[in-house]
Amino acid sequence: MPKAVFPNRFLPYLLLAPQVAITLVFFYWPASQALYQSTLKEDPFGLKSKFVGLANFAAVLGDPDYLHSVRVTVVFSVSTAVLALALALFLATAAEKVVRGKAFYRTLLIWPYAVAPAVAGLLWLFMFNPAMGTFAYLLRDAGYRWNPLLDGDQAMVLVVVAAAWKQISYNFLFFVAALQSIPRSLIEAAAIDGASSTKRFWTIVFPLIAPTTFFLLVVNTVYAFFDTFGIIDAVTGGGPAQATQTLVYKVYNDGFVNLDLGGSAAQSVILMAIVIALTAVQFRYVERRVHYG
Amino acid sequence: MIERRGIGRPVAHLVLVLGVFVVAFPIYYTFIASTQSLTTILRPPLPLTPGGEFAANYGEAIFGGIGRIGGVDVLTLLFNTLVMALGIALGKIFISILSAFAIVFFRFPLRMAFFWLIFVTLMLPVEVRILPTYKVMVDLGLIDTYAGLILPLIASATATLLFRQFFMTIPSELVEAARIDGAGPLRFLRDILIPLSRTNIAALFVILFIYGWTQYLWPLLVTNDNQMNTIVIALRKMVSFADADTPWHMVMVTAILAILPPVLVVVLMQRWFVRGLVESEK
Repeated sequence: MPKAVFPNRFLPYLLLAPQVAITLVFFYWPASQALYQSTLKEDPFGLKSKFVGLANFAAVLGDPDYLHSVRVTVVFSVSTAVLALALALFLATAAEKVVRGKAFYRTLLIWPYAVAPAVAGLLWLFMFNPAMGTFAYLLRDAGYRWNPLLDGDQAMVLVVVAAAWKQISYNFLFFVAALQSIPRSLIEAAAIDGASSTKRFWTIVFPLIAPTTFFLLVVNTVYAFFDTFGIIDAVTGGGPAQATQTLVYKVYNDGFVNLDLGGSAAQSVILMAIVIALTAVQFRYVERRVHYG
Repeated sequence: MIERRGIGRPVAHLVLVLGVFVVAFPIYYTFIASTQSLTTILRPPLPLTPGGEFAANYGEAIFGGIGRIGGVDVLTLLFNTLVMALGIALGKIFISILSAFAIVFFRFPLRMAFFWLIFVTLMLPVEVRILPTYKVMVDLGLIDTYAGLILPLIASATATLLFRQFFMTIPSELVEAARIDGAGPLRFLRDILIPLSRTNIAALFVILFIYGWTQYLWPLLVTNDNQMNTIVIALRKMVSFADADTPWHMVMVTAILAILPPVLVVVLMQRWFVRGLVESEK
């Protein structure tokens, strides 16, 4: 931190004013409203509401639909993160090996990052919807009963693939950066000692990029939790029969479609707690990573 | 290279080519579909090479075709999305530079309190507080306005933290020299700090532009009037698999138009984007 500072009484407050004002109005106000709302029970017309303490939380956590949604979210997030990380790491190790064409491959691999989640969902649905999708047609031709609009497991596979596809670019860039920071001398020394390239990968490279992998695991989980609303809405709308209704989708559905304000607010508060926990985990890691250099 | 012998490198190329194929295919498929006639699209499998309807489809879409389906001209949709993406990118960069500048280069009462006030918003996405934020929008009369689309999404600390981190690496001597030469704080900000932050600003601009362009849930909630829709929302509204009348060739063109601007930004500003992404860690 620079020791030299400007002596000024009012200017710093003036400089902070825009961000603080926006943060108060669009963050603290709604967040406190969510907390307050989560302790109230309102009739559907919004005319009366009464204080019910933690009853909304009890109702949410005791609701089999909510617990089902928790399971769906866990399956969805873990599958998406693992698939996106594995493919990206595989591609990044290949990109480390090539000498020519690195920039060319990278340019083509970062496209999905720029595609909106809702559009990404539609692209995959175009290819795999039973009515006109080419791949649905090929699957049916091969004798496979493919209909993600009716079969919950198939719907889940489709949203996981679409969500992972969008995240590959991001993970790829981080893995490439991590792989480049590994000292060549370590790998050369192992090669001289006769370690095969597979062995070098698992005993040297993989442990050294573990901090990056862990960081990406958190980021991918946060992504799967919150940024995939568009994908799910475009591909399945949470269906069939709630098979792909994640927690964020349920907050939206209960709040805006079913107008259960107290329940939706309680769900919002639970989600905030989850994000704060994930952020805390990430920060612990960021501090640790400094030592790895 | 460690091993000259072996099959490592050709295999690596093969893996990358396959990877590129898988990653780029959905976009390529949509592009192919956007150059076919409606009847070809409805009769799978789709050919793997562009059809002959490129000019016809894109011409129809841009000159009123999309407008006839959703009631809103495609240029209006693209304009709305552009305003939203630019508003978020520039707005967030603007307020973040100012607040990071205040926190790093001044000492004043409650400095750390303000820092934590901003810091807490880190990574808490608008998705988790949609309903209360929506109510705030209604109370403030911001439904169907550009301000309503933009402001809630710039209430986050990520950019502020990035600038704070960078400003803390600025040597003290620079500040002292500026003060000796009689430059006030605003002059220092304009003539020294902002030019030095150019690469950070460029990187952040790309990331935030993409973030703004690809928003879905928030614009869906905060716009009732179709005239205020973004292109992503309009595209979603056009698609109905139950409806036999969906004009798929127009849908495909709209999808390409929704994808193209952010992809161009990422590809053309790749150098800054990659640096910013990996260094700022989101």
